[in-house]
Amino acid sequence: MTEINARPSSRILPAWAGNLGILLVIAAMWPLNKVIQDQINPYVVQILTLIGINIVMATSLNLINGITGQFSLGHAGFAAVGAYTTGVVINYLAAHDSLAGHEWIAMSLLLPLGGLIAAAMGLLVGIPTLRLKGDYLAVATLGFGEIIRIVITNTNAIGPFEVRGSQGLRVPVLADLFWVYLWVAVCVAGIWRLVHSTMGKAFLAVREDEIAATAMGVNTTFFKVLAFAIGAFFAGVAGGLQATAFILIDPKGFGFIQSVLFVVMVVLGGSGSITGVVLAAVVLTWLPEQLRSLKSLHVEDLRMVIFSLLLIGMMLVRPEGLLGRRELWWTRRKMATAQIPRSTDTAPPISSTGP
Amino acid sequence: MRWNFAAALLAVSFLMVGCKKHPQASDEIVVGEFGSLTGATATFGQASHEGLALALEQINKNGGILGKQVRVITEDDASDANQAVNVVQKLVNSDGVVGVIGEVASKRSLAGGGICEKYKCPMLSPSSTNPDVTVEGGKVKSYVFRICFTDTFQGSINGQFGAAQGWKSVAMMTNVDEDYSKGLAKSFKAEFSKTGKIVAEESYSGDTQDFKAQLNRIKQQNPDAVYIPGYYNEVGLILPQAKQIGLSVPFFGGDGWDSPLTLKLPEAQGNFYSDHYSPDDNRPESQEFVKLFRAKYNKTPDAMAVLGYDAMRVMADAIKRAGKADRQAVTDALAQTKDFPGASGAISIDAEHNARKPIVILQLKDSKAALFKTFQPE
Amino acid sequence: MNAHDLAQQLIYGLSVGATYALIALGYTMVYGTLRLINFAHGDVYMVGAVTGFYVAGWVSQWSIPIWLMLIVVLICSASACAVLGYGIERFAYRPLRSRPRLVLLITAIGVSLLLENAFQLPQLFGATPRHYPQQMTSELLLPVGFLGLTRLDVLSLSLSIILVGMLTWIVLRTRMGLALRAVSFRFDTATLMGINTDRVISFTFVFGSALAAVAGVLNAIRYQVDPLMGIMWGLKAFIAAVLGGIGSVSGALLGGLVLGIVETLLRGYFLPARYSGYSDGAAFVILILILLFKPSGLLGKTTIEKV
Repeated sequence: MTEINARPSSRILPAWAGNLGILLVIAAMWPLNKVIQDQINPYVVQILTLIGINIVMATSLNLINGITGQFSLGHAGFAAVGAYTTGVVINYLAAHDSLAGHEWIAMSLLLPLGGLIAAAMGLLVGIPTLRLKGDYLAVATLGFGEIIRIVITNTNAIGPFEVRGSQGLRVPVLADLFWVYLWVAVCVAGIWRLVHSTMGKAFLAVREDEIAATAMGVNTTFFKVLAFAIGAFFAGVAGGLQATAFILIDPKGFGFIQSVLFVVMVVLGGSGSITGVVLAAVVLTWLPEQLRSLKSLHVEDLRMVIFSLLLIGMMLVRPEGLLGRRELWWTRRKMATAQIPRSTDTAPPISSTGP
Repeated sequence: MRWNFAAALLAVSFLMVGCKKHPQASDEIVVGEFGSLTGATATFGQASHEGLALALEQINKNGGILGKQVRVITEDDASDANQAVNVVQKLVNSDGVVGVIGEVASKRSLAGGGICEKYKCPMLSPSSTNPDVTVEGGKVKSYVFRICFTDTFQGSINGQFGAAQGWKSVAMMTNVDEDYSKGLAKSFKAEFSKTGKIVAEESYSGDTQDFKAQLNRIKQQNPDAVYIPGYYNEVGLILPQAKQIGLSVPFFGGDGWDSPLTLKLPEAQGNFYSDHYSPDDNRPESQEFVKLFRAKYNKTPDAMAVLGYDAMRVMADAIKRAGKADRQAVTDALAQTKDFPGASGAISIDAEHNARKPIVILQLKDSKAALFKTFQPE
Repeated sequence: MNAHDLAQQLIYGLSVGATYALIALGYTMVYGTLRLINFAHGDVYMVGAVTGFYVAGWVSQWSIPIWLMLIVVLICSASACAVLGYGIERFAYRPLRSRPRLVLLITAIGVSLLLENAFQLPQLFGATPRHYPQQMTSELLLPVGFLGLTRLDVLSLSLSIILVGMLTWIVLRTRMGLALRAVSFRFDTATLMGINTDRVISFTFVFGSALAAVAGVLNAIRYQVDPLMGIMWGLKAFIAAVLGGIGSVSGALLGGLVLGIVETLLRGYFLPARYSGYSDGAAFVILILILLFKPSGLLGKTTIEKV
């Protein structure tokens, strides 16, 4: 658990420099965005957009699954809530001729709105279910994800807002790389700083040993619910980005399989390693696109088979994921001093008590 | 060490994405195709692709278009709307195709059509029947066309057919997950209610496997027939279960029924569905297509195959009439398509970019779909 | 709707519930011993249906009576799935048994995805749903002249009651059952008492998978074979197991039947026609409610969480 003390960012630079750096990066993205949109092939822009959205999804799931040690299988459900909130309101504005000219304001208000509604949903789901453990929690979140999907599928309109259920909702394209990577920066930097703050230690303590954490005065329920709400918030924002970047959202795109894909990203990247999960999100989004050009080898058909074999193999050989709990730039020496445990053996696999 | 490797992998990957641009060679014409070769509606996507591949082979054997060979780049969207956006982006912006053919399903045609509108690239859908595919908010999309009829037209023909059969009361069973199913049901209801009565409106979702509860309620209403605007896999579940509970009235539906699965289903025999073409059609174009298709694939083509075939030929014809592989010129030529001798009937593109074509009603008999009746567009 | 129709809907529910129960038994046994939700169990059920499909295609060439055909199909696919279940446990789960439970759970999801996608390959089965040979289905789906009940419904109800009875007998009256109870009561103590826990766990996988295969064949005859058929049925069967009280054999039967009846009644009786699409969500609502208010299930023992 010494890993908690390892705070590379704070050792290299004081905290205000870090904040300033993030602000500078975000500020630089605005002019850069214009250049990229004009110069780079739209197909590449599309892939970069998808990569950004998946980074937000995987990083926020990592807060729940990797850092706090819970197990959510319904992350796509929260994305659906955010996507439909943002999409439905944008469509409403467009239909009432109040969108044109105000796209910038709409995006800066509606993405967080989608996130907030998703976070509220996360609280709704989290508070009752988080007293469940491990696999029971997984199934409960899965159930909630499916309920959200089924409800959206069967809903045509809520009051004046068109949802269009199974037909799929068309949303004007407003998200460009700036919006996507703005939120990537906010999400990754935010969760990074959260984890490396004093509060972050509480999240890690919940993961490492809940009973010991309680004994040390950590309100475990509060931190579990908080992780859930923050994770759901960013998932909702990612959903909103997806709604405004992909022309059409479809409840089928937020199903169980999609949630599993994000879990795979977290697991392969290394549960708990923020950079590892970002890397996994990038590779697992980019790889399938590259596999398209290898059609002669029938890789396309085998893609999901390869994915699942990768997952099983990873669990058998290296269950802590590609990077384990390290971050990208941790060297071997650092590893040696940090003494990362090889696996999360905290309790015997069989507990004598039931759920 | 390990992360060095990972970083290198990442760097290389971006380089590869960045460099992947196929400059269009001047000695060939490149057309894009996107379809559901895998996933939930793989059967449709594959059938359509087979028809398209046959047409491509014929075109190139006869010297190509404008003296150039035609190359089709096919992309699979795994029956997913988001992936459809991705692959159309790739075709339009990375592969530089002159036109895009696809998709079978309307939802993915809507998604892909958005990209084609944005980058001004003509798109021709072989078999998406949702009215919104070509018209958005009352405005016809400039670059999106189709060579099939719409759900509205098909549903109302189904209604006319029901009336012509002398049925007075009909029960409906709609898949609430599919716009296609809801669209057909809506226009069917509007048309059929003029002469008859809808006695039951049941619904199910795409995950449903047991339909006995709904069928039982239908049975109580004792209708003359049951209208199922669903897809073949649902029909394959519903019809046997209807027989089990002793609901033995005629069933009928739309082109979603078209599949080898329905043909072979013993409980489906005697029932009706509307479709884009009939293999019994004795026009020379149809007969030639059926002959060629049988020779290449050793099976009878279904409607998706014939529409894939026609889509490729209509696109080739438009490029030929445009006189050059230019997106705008091909778009204009597509809009002017008139009486093209397609295997699925004479194709004319109307002002709303839909094809005016006859619609056929088929009856299943001895594991074959026999031509029962033809309705002409008004 | 009158009493006759209500009775009819109840019977549909019972026959659907009977197959839920057969699958739920596998979940319940594995959870009882390993505390693992075997996500791949629904896909073992699918493999049972697919194996049955191939065997049925082969057997239907012989001129033997239908019931004999069915027995051959059931035995073949049950044995194939028993082997598959053993293999999954031996090669995917056993090496990880000392790892945290989440690692096992993720592996289970991996195995599930592997089976689903492998069977979508045309070389193994393909993505298109298919039907069993007609001579088999038409004979088995003959109504028996009582409330629309078919031979298959009678068969699946009686089969699941017989198999549950058999399992109860094994659990209560045999040495293996004694060992099973010991392992599920306290895993490490059972090991100390000299019980071969590996054998007990293998047994639960072999037996559970064979039961799932039986359910797979029955459902494939009733509906169709489809490589993704295990996802929803597997999840719902798991919910049935939780509803009945996970770890409890008779609970699995009760949970399965209750879930089947609730779903069918909602679809055909309580929900208005245009909302019957929502009935698929009913199982998940039941799951959440039971997890919140009575996590031990209808027949499960209440346990107190201790340090």
